Amino acid sequence: MSQDHDHRDEHAPIRDGGHASPLARRARALEALLTEKGVLSTADIRSAIDTLVSRTPADGAKLVARAWVDPAFKVRLLADPKAAAAELGLDLTSYARLVVVENTDKVHHVVVCTLCSCYPRMLLGPPPAWYKSLDYRARTVADPRGVIREFGLELPPKVEVRVLDSTADMRYLVLPRRPLGTEHLSEADLGSLVTRDSMIGVSDPKPERTHV
Amino acid sequence: MRFREGDRVRVRTDDRAGHIRTPAYIRGKSGWVAIAHGEFRNPESLAYGGEGLPKQPLYLVGFRQTDLWPRYSGPPTDTLYVDVYEHWLSPEGGSA
Amino acid sequence: MTRVHDRGGWPGAGAIDRQEHQLADWELLADALVQSLASPHRRVIRIDELRRAIESLPAAEYESLSYYERWIAAVERLMIEKKIVTREEIDAKAATLGEECRA
Repeated sequence: MSQDHDHRDEHAPIRDGGHASPLARRARALEALLTEKGVLSTADIRSAIDTLVSRTPADGAKLVARAWVDPAFKVRLLADPKAAAAELGLDLTSYARLVVVENTDKVHHVVVCTLCSCYPRMLLGPPPAWYKSLDYRARTVADPRGVIREFGLELPPKVEVRVLDSTADMRYLVLPRRPLGTEHLSEADLGSLVTRDSMIGVSDPKPERTHV
Repeated sequence: MRFREGDRVRVRTDDRAGHIRTPAYIRGKSGWVAIAHGEFRNPESLAYGGEGLPKQPLYLVGFRQTDLWPRYSGPPTDTLYVDVYEHWLSPEGGSA
Repeated sequence: MTRVHDRGGWPGAGAIDRQEHQLADWELLADALVQSLASPHRRVIRIDELRRAIESLPAAEYESLSYYERWIAAVERLMIEKKIVTREEIDAKAATLGEECRA
């Protein structure tokens, strides 16, 4: 089983961001064979790529900003995230189950998948490379404060750090804390403060830009 | 569902060949049921082309970080939560 | 038993490379192949099967391949296992594709 990968042995492994991987060619070969045989259609593949690139962290940010300005919406979002998303026109019915967890001044959540790369794609799009990295997967469960510090956030000891390791059919989205001093901002402006990383829990949202 | 939210549970220690979704670092550790998610197809069967039936109850189980990592450097109030299927859990006395 | 994919607390992990990575065309394709094969109206594979196939890669290969390289290696195994394609067919097709499919 292990010796049947000789087609790769002559090549040095190419990491993300590298040039042509021998496996890139094999992906094209698989695409051609599977469509020739009628296992998949080119429409299937095109539609999957469309879905992949159409979801972005802006979707998650919309939910967060609405939850910040509308306490009743926040309650609904925490109770039934997909129904709440539907209120904002986001159809998540075809995705895995979703759980939204709220950061407060007492609790800070951070999400990881130690076994593979489970991620709330339905609201954040494809995961960043670092989320899938072996280093992030190894360290976030054992040293979450150290990992979060690397992303630039120092959490005080009185805040409980809660790591969520997604190992099953649940996807976890962090509802970050609303930055202080943003009472006057519109929902759209608030949305622009909500970063992807703050919805994974490795950082806080951007502070409000101070005008000079 | 055998367990309810707040129940103390211990993750089974047995390792088994094949595809499992219970990470090694929680095996043998004790924690509490935080959320009873409901029933899901069993990935240990789905991974080999099976139908994943009967469905398995799934729980979000909480642990104290200091129970998982002997050299945990953060405060003792830090916690970690993992989704665990029911057949990987056994009951433990008391409640959280 | 230590399993190469079970990374929680894995010793020796270092600083996280936080550089953003734009997905290459072949990486989008790898993702799309998996999602299409696993879609509810096709269900040629389950995501659980993909995970199992990735975990079954030899440990050194798991560590050295990039993320979507693992996916492709795993999809290939599953398609062969399910007798949908043969390795020889993939080899032959890959050879005909030549330079045009550089990422």
